[in-house]
Amino acid sequence: MAEEFEPKIVAFLCKWCSSAGSDLAGVSRMEYPPNVIPITVMCSGSVSPLYIFSAFNKGADGVLVSGCHPGDCHYIKGNYYARRRIALVKKLLEYVGLEPERFQMSWVSAAEGVKYTQVIKDFVQELKPLGPQKKLRRTQ
Amino acid sequence: MKRTGVFVCHCGINIAGTVDVKKVTKDLSKHKGVVHAEDYVYACSDPGQNIIIDAIKEKNLDSVVVACCSPTLHETTFRNTSKSAGLNEFQCEIANIREQCSWVHKDMEKATDKAIKIAKSAVQRVRRNEPLEPISVPVTRKALVIGGGIAGIQSALDLANTGFEVILVERAPSIGGHMIQLSETFPTLDCSQCILTPKMVEVSKHPKIKLMTYSEVQDISGYVGNFKVKILKKPTYVDPDKCTLCDECTKVCPVVVPNEFDLGLTGRRAIYIPFPQAIPATFTLDIKHCPGLLPIACGKCADVCEPEAIDYDMKPEIIEEEVGAIIVATGYDLYEKERLTEYGYGKYADVLDGLQFERLLSASGPTMGKVLRPSDRKEPKEVVFIQCAGSRDPELHCAYCSKICCMYTAKHAMLYKHHVPDGQAYVFYIDIRSGGKDYEEFVQRAVEEDGVLYLRGKVSKVFEDKGKIKVWGVDTLTGKDIEIDADMVVLATATRPSKGADELAKKLKIAMDRDGFLAEAHPKLRPVESVTSGMFLAGAAQAPKDIPEAVAQASGAAAKAISILSQEKLFHAPTVAKVNVNLCTGCGMCVEVCPYDALSLKDGKVEVNEVLCEGCGTCSATCLRAAINVKNLTALQVNEMIKAALGG
Repeated sequence: MAEEFEPKIVAFLCKWCSSAGSDLAGVSRMEYPPNVIPITVMCSGSVSPLYIFSAFNKGADGVLVSGCHPGDCHYIKGNYYARRRIALVKKLLEYVGLEPERFQMSWVSAAEGVKYTQVIKDFVQELKPLGPQKKLRRTQ
Repeated sequence: MKRTGVFVCHCGINIAGTVDVKKVTKDLSKHKGVVHAEDYVYACSDPGQNIIIDAIKEKNLDSVVVACCSPTLHETTFRNTSKSAGLNEFQCEIANIREQCSWVHKDMEKATDKAIKIAKSAVQRVRRNEPLEPISVPVTRKALVIGGGIAGIQSALDLANTGFEVILVERAPSIGGHMIQLSETFPTLDCSQCILTPKMVEVSKHPKIKLMTYSEVQDISGYVGNFKVKILKKPTYVDPDKCTLCDECTKVCPVVVPNEFDLGLTGRRAIYIPFPQAIPATFTLDIKHCPGLLPIACGKCADVCEPEAIDYDMKPEIIEEEVGAIIVATGYDLYEKERLTEYGYGKYADVLDGLQFERLLSASGPTMGKVLRPSDRKEPKEVVFIQCAGSRDPELHCAYCSKICCMYTAKHAMLYKHHVPDGQAYVFYIDIRSGGKDYEEFVQRAVEEDGVLYLRGKVSKVFEDKGKIKVWGVDTLTGKDIEIDADMVVLATATRPSKGADELAKKLKIAMDRDGFLAEAHPKLRPVESVTSGMFLAGAAQAPKDIPEAVAQASGAAAKAISILSQEKLFHAPTVAKVNVNLCTGCGMCVEVCPYDALSLKDGKVEVNEVLCEGCGTCSATCLRAAINVKNLTALQVNEMIKAALGG
């Protein structure tokens, strides 16, 4: 039997909320699948659409952007910009034929270690049946 | 090509238990640009740091990656280590392989693989890091305190007594806040006015404090150490220097409106002094209710004012000030009446909120300290106190605990019994939260000495019936239905952030939590700092608090402000935005989105004010041409990090 497909995920976590939330998950020793490589950015609002395309282009099976809850942004309104921008990127990705499940955004505060764990678990589960992402992957 | 050193920490077995640190070290040693890789049991220990220092010197490293715990813990440690070895501190980056890896996975092979990717992405990042120097700025040695309740008063006094100038802004005509409205305070039963008025007087006489009442902060710009503030001074139409407090004006004023100080239990005139000990001691003409400023409309007060203190021509003024630090102490308000209709609040005259009951108990209150029903001025013999009215009710009202109500309800019930010894006090409660010095003993005293009857359960219905207020509820401990024919009901109404605090927070650019209270920078380690540097929080503006906690936080906030004001110069993180002028087309999109107004257009190109910029990077995600980037986390760096994260 073939080995189960393990999706490769890149997660852009804002430093103040989601990265801190993932730290809390660690401190609380909550287990979640190791499929995600986190990249901590200052704010979800700093995640350029290019980062997302670049990740898919380099072979990511899923991309997550996670920031502070709306209204709680460390930089006042960065996550509002992120939300708008990501909605557009999502539509664009769907338009080019990528499964919408492959790109997600979540709000995880510094106190939500449990939520971070759940977001990752759910994301991995959703990606498994989709198999490898080939649509935007650069051919070798 | 850079010469990077990688140091992999075991953290005892915290990392080494799930991550094969030897394999990580070996893999990283082969990575492009890495000239030295080493693992050590505790990198943060003195010997661990020495290993890094020695390697930097011996191998002539120009950049360092430490794969260890979260950067929130030891980034400063290792940056200082690098600095002591002669490296620019911004050439050191942390790869978090503990909180984000070893602690959350069990499969050693997979965790090791992930740790390698995390470490490699940090190496890729540091390869393009540039040496940076902290940006230094001078400090204006003056503070602004917003809010003149007990917290603001305490902060202002602490700052002024340390020798710094303070501007204390209060929007009401007098300082004192809610504390001045209280009768007695738990758990000592100190008279609230007696312990607060000395502090109010001290504020008014202090040579270092500039008191601005009836004033509001209108606009704020600048940054830590150098804020520019615009304060709107509303006209009181009374010259405080001339006013002799003779009280002749109120006798002739034809207007009666509900008195805010007594929460509507009494009336006041359009020209009024909020309470006898008001600071500043002067009258205020409330223009909203005054029939008209023209003498032709009324002018009675001016006619009788012998010292000619009333000046209808007074105009609003905008005062500009420069300050180095700001303390926000905007306090609380009670949950709005209209949102709490289920207990007959606002519908029946004898259903009161906690502050109204304070006024009834107060010696200076509407009934001169006698507990009388507002409806018929009879002494209530059965009083029901309902706790958590609006608190701890996520479905309908506020999810949080308002914290002070358990204690003040015990105090109310106790004081009621002191006033009406043959009366009966009932308290409906969910839990009794009496954590605090002498608090539990205080509640016990209410039960044992004053016979207050505590009923564990919620009230289902409150309605008027034949001159009584019927209270239906359940005692969940006995399972029995309770029906009380009460003469008065007192609600321990939820506390909310004070009205207008949200607008102020937006002006100050400080964050709020989901309930609208001002957000602290860290719930445990930075409880008095806001997320905006140079702005501090004190009192109930941050979360519901009792007086000792508000005072403690106010002193803490003052100490934090002093730590800024006492410095000659401040340093600001240099990881700020940088424009590539060759790519910038001057479209101005980044200028629009910058939350800090740090960007501007000059000669068709964007310019960064490095002091204002907080380095959030919103600009960089907006720029279509990648012409603006945050230093040491540029789009190019992130791109390389993505590649490493995906095993490329």
